[in-house]
Amino acid sequence: MKTDTKLLMLIVVFGLIALAPLLITQESLLNIVIMTLYAALLGQAWNILGGYGGQVSFGHAAYFGTGAYTVAVLQVQFGINPWIGLAAGGLAAAAVGAFIGLCTFRYGLRGSYFALVTLAFAEVLRILSNSVDFTGAGVGLLIPLERSAANFQFLTKAGFFWVIWAMTLAAFLTVWKIGNSRFGAQLMAVRDNEDAARALGVNAFRVKMGAIMLSGFFSGLAGVFYAQYFLYLDPYIAYGAAISVESLLVPIIGGMGTLFGPLLGAAFLHGLSELSRAVIGDAPGISLVLYGVLLVIMVLFVPRGLAGLASHLRSGKRAVSQAEGGNDRA
Amino acid sequence: MTVLEINGLCKSFGGLQASQSVTLTVPQGGITSLIGPNGAGKTTLFALITGFHTPDSGSVRFLGEDITGLPPEAIAKRGMIRTFQTVQPFAGQTVRENIAVGAHLKIRGRAEALAKAEAVARQVGLGDRLDMDAASLTVAGRKRLEVARALATDPKLILFDEVLAGLNPSEIRDVIPVIHAIRDEGVTILLIEHVMQAVMSLSDYTWVLNQGAIIAEGPPKDVVSDPHVIEAYLGKGMAERIAKREAASA
Amino acid sequence: MPDSAIIIPSVLNGLTTGGLYALVALGLTLIYGVLHIINFAHGALLMLGLYAVYFLNVQFGIDPYVALLIVPPAMFALGYALQRGIIGRASHGRDENILLVTLGLSIIIENLSLFFFRSDTRTVDTPYSFDVIEIFGAFLPYPKVVAFIGALVTAALLWLLMSRTDLGRAIRALAKERKGAQLVGINADHVFAMSFGLGIACLGVAACLLLPSYYVNPQVGGGFVLIAFTIVVLGGMGSFVGALIGGLIIGVVEALGGLFLGESLGQIGIFLIFILVLIFRPTGLFGAKA
Repeated sequence: MKTDTKLLMLIVVFGLIALAPLLITQESLLNIVIMTLYAALLGQAWNILGGYGGQVSFGHAAYFGTGAYTVAVLQVQFGINPWIGLAAGGLAAAAVGAFIGLCTFRYGLRGSYFALVTLAFAEVLRILSNSVDFTGAGVGLLIPLERSAANFQFLTKAGFFWVIWAMTLAAFLTVWKIGNSRFGAQLMAVRDNEDAARALGVNAFRVKMGAIMLSGFFSGLAGVFYAQYFLYLDPYIAYGAAISVESLLVPIIGGMGTLFGPLLGAAFLHGLSELSRAVIGDAPGISLVLYGVLLVIMVLFVPRGLAGLASHLRSGKRAVSQAEGGNDRA
Repeated sequence: MTVLEINGLCKSFGGLQASQSVTLTVPQGGITSLIGPNGAGKTTLFALITGFHTPDSGSVRFLGEDITGLPPEAIAKRGMIRTFQTVQPFAGQTVRENIAVGAHLKIRGRAEALAKAEAVARQVGLGDRLDMDAASLTVAGRKRLEVARALATDPKLILFDEVLAGLNPSEIRDVIPVIHAIRDEGVTILLIEHVMQAVMSLSDYTWVLNQGAIIAEGPPKDVVSDPHVIEAYLGKGMAERIAKREAASA
Repeated sequence: MPDSAIIIPSVLNGLTTGGLYALVALGLTLIYGVLHIINFAHGALLMLGLYAVYFLNVQFGIDPYVALLIVPPAMFALGYALQRGIIGRASHGRDENILLVTLGLSIIIENLSLFFFRSDTRTVDTPYSFDVIEIFGAFLPYPKVVAFIGALVTAALLWLLMSRTDLGRAIRALAKERKGAQLVGINADHVFAMSFGLGIACLGVAACLLLPSYYVNPQVGGGFVLIAFTIVVLGGMGSFVGALIGGLIIGVVEALGGLFLGESLGQIGIFLIFILVLIFRPTGLFGAKA
């Protein structure tokens, strides 16, 4: 697909999603759309580092939680408006990304080691937030209810919809731009072969740092949104493993390193969990069992995700004809 | 003028002396080659020159500037690019995208880099495979891709690591003009090569490395007929056979 | 500053806990040493073992220590099947894929347990659950001392198995030189699965020795995962002795951290060790393998 076509598709898709609050009057249905967009944002954030950069993180909760706690603490402890907290949360999460990146990429950690260290960082943050007072420690932090748009607490779900829609669109546009820029080309080169990339003058460290900070920033935004939407945080919600797992599950199922993968993955996962709820009922753990099964199946049989599957089917014919005609002339 | 100047370069891994005070120079323009038997330390020397390994002692000067110990990307930015003996395509990306990574070294814009990639691809004979996945190229195609990526950076000096190895004679015949064309554009070339006749026909000057040390230098014709070199490089007995063949053809 | 009357019991307590940790880590380090993969489902499989011990005790009145005859072989079979059927096929050349698949397995196992066993925390009643042994003025729970000795015995047995049996030789050959071992006729898939099975059998042993002084719920494994990784990394991936010493160190660090920093903050020391070791000394304190 050409990059202009992708941009056009992106605009069309988000244009269609924007119709949701106009067509859907039922708050619980709109909630599903909101949570799907939120999952797409989380997944796209992970996708920048994991899909485009090839650095699989098991600890994206570190950024999510930092964004969430930043907006909540600023509000509760310092009375700072959450719209300011929004920017602060994203930037704080990006700063945590920079710190983790410095600690890992500087020392050449890759693969499973990188994944485990990111998990450990998230755990350290969880324990810290569980132990200090200004985060409310283990009790958590309740953001006082003051419904107004100026206070990032909307009277209707539609208000929240527009915020998460805009955040997610921003993340997707950023990723589109990554796929169409020098930074993105260098990032993918590092992912596919770091030595070859460096031999061509790519500063692998700097490129990875850029990716982890961008990734952290958007994860942080998702955290800010979560805090404002649910108005409650505790160390397990913010820095627990569930967020890290959701972050990686969405793009792995949808297609790592693809623009639309996270959206496909988010829609698929939420569709599936709604379906399982309808069929099996609200049994504890069942939708997570399905997620686990999906993860295993995807890694085993569909490593390129749903988006890869789709483009594979679409281009199957072309690929064959290319392979036939592509023999070396020598 | 000297493009590359290596002085007393040493490197050991554990007890193994991979590079023993190597000194060599590469003049501007033309093709210089570095030959030597398997395990002589040729690829290690390339890695030392281009910053993938840090030398224990000695210096590397490129265009009059000391670049010893700089990281690979900094050296690449100054205009010295290496290729890899085992080809390293960015699998899953197209030929065009692969070459564009090289083009981006000097070019910021995506469209310009892609255009440059296309031009370079035509130059090395990959023009018909621009949108093919690099992973599905044949060995010969991948070698061309290595050359193209390096060339797309607009280098001043290219270090080719066995760019002809693994190709059949007719493929070699196809690639040699590509290398000549690169030289004719004013890019200096240093190549490691195993294929003897390629070295003979390609290079103007040859350095011979054995067990991590330079043992001979000179125009390829002289070096290749030097009995010491032949013995180090091809083993005992070869010197005689080659001498006989030379006599017969003379 | 607490005086030695508090510190010494705390250190001894930490050592016995460390023995338990070492037991969990032994299986992980065995699997890493041979297959060069990181089994993220290690904690979930331990939890499964603990439930097995629990139900054997509650349903059939089998003492946890007697369950040593049943649970480890069953866990071995499970491990063998998992490796052969799923994990061994997952890598596609990237080690992160193994991590992802084993993460998927642990999600499945934990949530199936949640579904079937509910989230209640369960413990077993044994006549010796509350017995104590006095050492240097410290009163150590009897089950923890047994577990500590069990860890030493298990490590010794593993060492004997690796150095004195044909299977051990095949495993070591395969770990060192995959292609060469296959050339001399070693069935790699089978031996890999045997190694994985052995690693999981170690968890079975750990479960039997752990339950009398511990508890089980569907989340219990999660707490062990990073601790076991830390021990393995600290001791050097693939080293049994390293896992033992690493386990003891971590046990003591946790006990002292808890003493000086409080229960919740005390755990932070473990993760900081993990991060620092991986960054600065990825071969571990005792390992040579990169």
